[in-house]
Amino acid sequence: MRINPDKCVACGNCTYVCPMEAIYIDPVIKRATIKRDECVECYACYNGLSQEHLNPTMVRTVRKIFALAKVRFDPEPDVCPTGAFEPDELTWPRVVRRAFSDPRVPHESTGVEGRGTEEVKTNDVSGRVKVGEVGFTIEFGRPGVGARFHEIQEMCWALAEAGVSFEKKNPITSLMSDVATGTLRADILNEKVMSAIVEIKVTVDRTEEIIRLVWAVEKRLGTVIALGVGTRCDENGEDKVVAPILESLGYKLERAKTNIGLGRVKRPLDKPAAKETVNA
Amino acid sequence: MTNTLHRFGDADSFRDDYVIFAIASKGANDGDSLPKLRRFLQIAAEYHPVNLGDARHGGALRPSKEMNPMAHWNRDNKPDFQAVIDGLDTPTTCAAVFDNKVAAEDFVKRIREEDLGMSINISTSIDGADQCCHHAGIPRHSVGYSLGFEGATEKLPSSQVMMLSTMCGHGMVSHSLAKKMVDWVKEGRRTPEEAVCYMARFCSCGVFNPARAARVLKMAVNQESANAK
Repeated sequence: MRINPDKCVACGNCTYVCPMEAIYIDPVIKRATIKRDECVECYACYNGLSQEHLNPTMVRTVRKIFALAKVRFDPEPDVCPTGAFEPDELTWPRVVRRAFSDPRVPHESTGVEGRGTEEVKTNDVSGRVKVGEVGFTIEFGRPGVGARFHEIQEMCWALAEAGVSFEKKNPITSLMSDVATGTLRADILNEKVMSAIVEIKVTVDRTEEIIRLVWAVEKRLGTVIALGVGTRCDENGEDKVVAPILESLGYKLERAKTNIGLGRVKRPLDKPAAKETVNA
Repeated sequence: MTNTLHRFGDADSFRDDYVIFAIASKGANDGDSLPKLRRFLQIAAEYHPVNLGDARHGGALRPSKEMNPMAHWNRDNKPDFQAVIDGLDTPTTCAAVFDNKVAAEDFVKRIREEDLGMSINISTSIDGADQCCHHAGIPRHSVGYSLGFEGATEKLPSSQVMMLSTMCGHGMVSHSLAKKMVDWVKEGRRTPEEAVCYMARFCSCGVFNPARAARVLKMAVNQESANAK
């Protein structure tokens, strides 16, 4: 992303909306400027700000007059008055920043938007996590901190050394040069992204071991981690196995994503609704 | 995409936050999913959601690429649910956000009866989702727990800002904008209802909850008033 200095009027609205705080007003050129290495190409500025396309000279003149007359105008804070943002033509490896940061761009490896993962959201169809198994989503960088791939690689190395296998349909796995060791492509290691999710699956009895491993590695990283733990419920819709383990490790379980089991592999829209319990 | 899972707050803070979404599984049942996803949105609109959205086009409040300058004085802050339904043109995750348990429970029950064949998930407090399932007579299939945020948490802002910014799980609502809105509401420059609209427009999949956000902003103002006394 770039800001056209001929259009920018240095209103400063964009400096607040950048999730990575990568935009500042350059005091020398008096224009909003992007710190290129901190920008994750999430397009929040370009997609999220409304645009007015006003004449920049006219806006600068009006602002000067208002300042001289000591008139305060309280404009809308989510607007770029001149439409000054211009997307760059992204090339490798910088293009991976956008793939992991702009939620509207589907990942090529999975075809899924956002961070490119389905996790237990489609478990009723995919059967990804079975009874007796636990699916981990280890998310790096969110909220609002960002992560570099060398940090993610450090976790992947530790997980691979512990003998866990990485989810095949996951964008991070697709960027590994050696899945057995959890090594990522060397040319992306310093790229920064809004967030990325490593997905693994283990048997229930390894739940505590994996969490303790994550605790050990995260201390060495300069980013935040959001840990998600998914499991298949029993025939009564209960989880009496994984939740107690998590609570014994000190977690207070407040929020969850619950798949209610209505997914089907395929059913025409016009077929009459089934009456039986759907996820039996 | 754990865009609704890791919201900051305790279980009680999710009492007005029920995100229910439909998703097709890539390669398994996404081929003919578009009309089913649109039907999901149409039904959701009947149950008075506070937001509705799809992961490609955004929520019921969207930024404008051609904004009229007069909008600085009379901005349209009315959510447009029909535009979300009409704008769905590709299979993607579709979400409906409700601010009360009754609406969420009734919607889940109705969706079960419709039997669209899509995977349906409820993202809220564990008890809240459990009660929705109970009301609809469905046992839970799978559950994904949020264990919250760990690691370099010293880089994270205050809890009020976190409650606002994490309502866009893709991180499109910046901490700085959330903090600015808290400050503006405290200063009386915007009402909570106006301030949440600015944040909601940045959420690119429509899962931002304007009702909960307004409550958080009002809470911040009340806290400020209490501290001043």
